[in-house]
Amino acid sequence: MKQVLVKADAERAMGNVFAAARGRLPGAGPVPQIRERAFEIYERTGLPHRRMEDWKYTDLRALIGEVLPLAPRPDAEALVRAKVSVKQVAADQAVKLVLVDGIFAPELSDLGDLENEVVVRSLREVLENSATGAMAGLVLSTTSDPAISLNAAMATDGLVITVADGNALERPIQIVHVATGLSVSTFTRCYLQLGKGAHAAIVESFVPAERASGYQANDAIIALVGDEASLSYIRVAAAASDAVNISSAIIAVGARAKLDLFSMTCSGSISRYQEFITLAGEGTKLSANGVNLIRDRLHADTTIVVDHAMPHCTSREKFRAVVDDCGRSVFQGRIIVRPAARNTDATMTTRALLLSDQGEVDNKPELEILADDVTCGHGATSGALDDTLVFYLRARGLPEKDAQMLLIKAFIGESIEEITSENLRDLVTAQAEHWLRAGR
Amino acid sequence: MALLEIRDLHVGVEDREIIRGLHLSVHAGEVHAIMGPNGSGKSTLSHVIAGKPGYEVTDGQILFKGEDLLQMEPDERAAKGVFLAFQYPVEIPGVTTMNFLRAALNAQRKARDQQEFSTPAFLKRVREVAGSLNIPQDMIKRGVNVGFSGGEKKRNEILQMALFEPGLCILDEIDSGLDIDALRIVASGINALRSPERAMIVITHYRRLLDHIVPDIVHVMSKGRVMKSGGKELALELEACGYAQFEDAA
Repeated sequence: MKQVLVKADAERAMGNVFAAARGRLPGAGPVPQIRERAFEIYERTGLPHRRMEDWKYTDLRALIGEVLPLAPRPDAEALVRAKVSVKQVAADQAVKLVLVDGIFAPELSDLGDLENEVVVRSLREVLENSATGAMAGLVLSTTSDPAISLNAAMATDGLVITVADGNALERPIQIVHVATGLSVSTFTRCYLQLGKGAHAAIVESFVPAERASGYQANDAIIALVGDEASLSYIRVAAAASDAVNISSAIIAVGARAKLDLFSMTCSGSISRYQEFITLAGEGTKLSANGVNLIRDRLHADTTIVVDHAMPHCTSREKFRAVVDDCGRSVFQGRIIVRPAARNTDATMTTRALLLSDQGEVDNKPELEILADDVTCGHGATSGALDDTLVFYLRARGLPEKDAQMLLIKAFIGESIEEITSENLRDLVTAQAEHWLRAGR
Repeated sequence: MALLEIRDLHVGVEDREIIRGLHLSVHAGEVHAIMGPNGSGKSTLSHVIAGKPGYEVTDGQILFKGEDLLQMEPDERAAKGVFLAFQYPVEIPGVTTMNFLRAALNAQRKARDQQEFSTPAFLKRVREVAGSLNIPQDMIKRGVNVGFSGGEKKRNEILQMALFEPGLCILDEIDSGLDIDALRIVASGINALRSPERAMIVITHYRRLLDHIVPDIVHVMSKGRVMKSGGKELALELEACGYAQFEDAA
């Protein structure tokens, strides 16, 4: 039978949402045109669906019943609720920059604590200043991915962070996204530029405020990492249990740089995190790791694409998923080794732990090797907790639940321990433990 | 009253009866050796005492200090003082030995309504005991048994036994996979824990272990029952004559 995928009501609604929002979207000079173009690119495919290979496990056309109107600017009451949530996820020693419902909230941010080595502007400020039109084009650059194009069209605000050549930040910068709304959509876009030899740690946290519900967040971060630079990027995503979180990271790295990426998704009705990393210089080392923690009927998809474009780069990926109840975890990992990328050394492992019989895990590792003389490997496993380990711990006095907990912590610890900063590792561990305790 | 009293125990696995009417009395201060051929039910007995799932006790009783062990979860038995040194200790990546020891000991203490061990005192105690068992400090910081040799895994079992101070120690083929030097270290670690308050059950195929850990009583097990019990000289007799006579008798 021939299948015809018709445009869903959701997508028609999306067009209406864009039309309705247009007047509120910031942008001077070329920006409105860039947005129009981005929306056109989005419209060619519409909401990603299962017949698009990259979205086959996360069929937004089927999963998102309707596209919600753009969130209003947060009022004083929303900011009060947001403040409480920011406190809950604040990373030790980090300089916080807070976005509430897609709008930068300077009153909740630590702008005064920013080091001299970094320049931070709001995306709104950059887009509305016609002198920064070239930068606006860069920030809103789009890809063929519909979610990213839609984000470029709809972004209401975000942060533009630049660290000049040779500068090193002592404290991490934490971008906190707080959702306070009911049945609204939010779109933010952040841009990070790390100059040659610069060092920075960026944490991006997503958190719902009290009473936030049924919202849809679509966020993107674009990072350009210079030669010999070093970036740690840690993303921790929590969302209301009936909310949608789609986020994308597009990262291009120069030569002899060091990149340390980690992402954890631990709630949200439907989550998709997609990370596209291009190793565009020689001799760069990438470590890209992550964890999905899923229970109830939640769905979390982590997709990582590593593009080895130049020789002598190393990439390591360790992904872990823990699935309970009727949860579904998706991991798609693609490694591309371009013809020029001689002596590439790339490995990827993905392991899933199923705590119930009804959970589902989809692992899709892909290697696209177009060069000779490369080392490239992947491994994927999924299974239940090992009963012999549980019994060993119980025979030593640990109650069954504690024994299981210890083993789950150890399992996700294999990925979390790759985070080099102890503070940030502790932040992630604390969130993971919070998730584990909530399920008891 | 015996510390451990097993009466007419019958245990099956998937409709096959492995232990068939076993009786055993172990008093505090005693070391019992259980010897017997492969498949006689020695390891099954140790698993059932420790509470490993997958066995069906169809009849009989196991009393520890007068309490019915079969009604307790494995962790409750551990907190009451039952310790099984595993024939094949498992590897637990991602959980350091130190964290594991602390979690286990404090879980036991909590179950007994005792205060948790303070960290400096605990660290000091672990270092002392590890030192006496020739366990290098860096091993304690690694994942439990990960990358350990057979001998190191067995020494780690004895380390736990020494720290938890159980009333009943069951050593399931603690000598398997050990060379002579490792056997000597493990045996002296075990001997150091002999005390008038504590009982031990040493399960082995070989007399050699019993040269190092001299038992008070030796039992011969075959086909799920204790066929004969005697003094330590019974082990010598077994070595001379083998197990065949008992298998025939069963």
